[in-house]
Amino acid sequence: MNKRVACIGYGALTPVGNTPAECYKAADEGRSALTLHTGTFGCANPFVASLFEDRSAIADDYTFFDSLIIRAASQAIESAGIDPASGRVAFVLSTIKGNIEFIGKQDISLPASAARMARYFNNPNPAIVVSNACISGLAALVQGRRTMLTGKYDYVVVVGAEVQSHFIVSGFQSLKALSERPCKPFDAGRDGLNLGEAAAAIVLGNSAYGWELADGAIRNDANHISGPSRSGEGSYNALRYILREAEIDDISFINPHGTATIYNDEMEAIAIDRAGLANVPLFGLKGCFGHTMGAAGILESIISMMACDNKTILPTKGFENLGVSVPVQVSAAKRSCTGLSFVKLLSGFGGVNGALLFKKGGQA
Amino acid sequence: MRIIRSIDIPSGSSLACLYREHKIEYPKFFKMDTLCKLGFLATELLLEGDSDRFVPREDRAVLMFSRNGCLANDINYEKTMGDYPSPSLFVYTLPNIITGEIAIRNKYKGETSAFLLEEYDEERIRSIVEEAFQDTVTTSAIVGWIDCRSESDWTCKAFLVEK
Repeated sequence: MNKRVACIGYGALTPVGNTPAECYKAADEGRSALTLHTGTFGCANPFVASLFEDRSAIADDYTFFDSLIIRAASQAIESAGIDPASGRVAFVLSTIKGNIEFIGKQDISLPASAARMARYFNNPNPAIVVSNACISGLAALVQGRRTMLTGKYDYVVVVGAEVQSHFIVSGFQSLKALSERPCKPFDAGRDGLNLGEAAAAIVLGNSAYGWELADGAIRNDANHISGPSRSGEGSYNALRYILREAEIDDISFINPHGTATIYNDEMEAIAIDRAGLANVPLFGLKGCFGHTMGAAGILESIISMMACDNKTILPTKGFENLGVSVPVQVSAAKRSCTGLSFVKLLSGFGGVNGALLFKKGGQA
Repeated sequence: MRIIRSIDIPSGSSLACLYREHKIEYPKFFKMDTLCKLGFLATELLLEGDSDRFVPREDRAVLMFSRNGCLANDINYEKTMGDYPSPSLFVYTLPNIITGEIAIRNKYKGETSAFLLEEYDEERIRSIVEEAFQDTVTTSAIVGWIDCRSESDWTCKAFLVEK
């Protein structure tokens, strides 16, 4: 149980970059693909989102979603240098809606996508899917870490992705959760989120080097299925758990969910303050990538690791004036930082909240 | 890990009848989709008579497993999305809402997670539940294989387990 679970391979694809390095560069430069879409997916009302232009599949019998998860996993597997066909490798897929655009037309169950991905890599193990609303990617990393700690596998490939569709966009519009402009995380003028598409993957292994996935926790607000707790209960409890043995002075920054909805950002600020982290710098990435749902926990963790490697706090694109009731340290512009660890937060429907603690190790 | 209690709700049973038979008073039940109704009722039956119910606690997790997740309700939402997309149907188009409904009802502030597997695999479920106990706060869990193939065809097995 005391083995060090490290991140040993990375993959990422977004509308602003086809590799983790390209995605990082976009976040560093404050670039985004958030644009107004009119009539896209047959949606009656226009919406702002970050969507892929090239929607090609890897082969005729794969959907775009299935192609994305395979492309992200391939990058991570290649950078880790592992054999994905080994029985000592497990796959975990994070997604919320998978192939929902084909509802009523083909088998769109989420485990079917996970199984196709495992088959593509000739992996013999049954792939599992973690679908925990907007914290899915973070929850999949928690699951991957736990599986590594059992010692039954040498590597776990954690892959997350989301493709947007009429189904998802119309649903968020019906909840009045979308902004009609590029989103403004933590800003006084924020009025909703933007949806985004992405795929990202991390290979977990046992290594004394590189980034350690040091801890993770998932806690429920037990309050409401589609709104966060006003006291930040679940997010605070998850934070309290992962920080029970951590040195707060070592934390470089927090990368929160920061969706730019009124209630999410306020809730997170309260939870961060209750956990004693109000003075720790934080930056949000939704203004760059949009809310990438099942990919968010993995993509945003990768970008945060790269930021910490570069001793950089990234800009929070869209943020100008603090609009939450607690004075948290949201970074508007890029600046430098010290420290060897960071915290990743996410929250989602179903009242679920998650927190991860990453710690930097020696140089590989 | 040991199983303390288990319950099975046969496919096609009348869930409204079951609700009335057990004298449950929770009007929100009637707003839920079938998957959530099953998870809610299975938990009510598992915990019936427990003296310490509804006391907020962080030590009990809710871990739900299925193949189809919320697909049965996705079809209901899809029928509305062209003209008047229904927000009350859309909020149930997530496989983990069932865990949230159980957490709200029982004031469980611990871990809640939804997992999807290609088929019912007892060994796999057991190992994921055992891994969840690595979280040192978690000492018991409501675990379910609740697979809703349609609103009248399901498998619903639920368990109360302890570390």
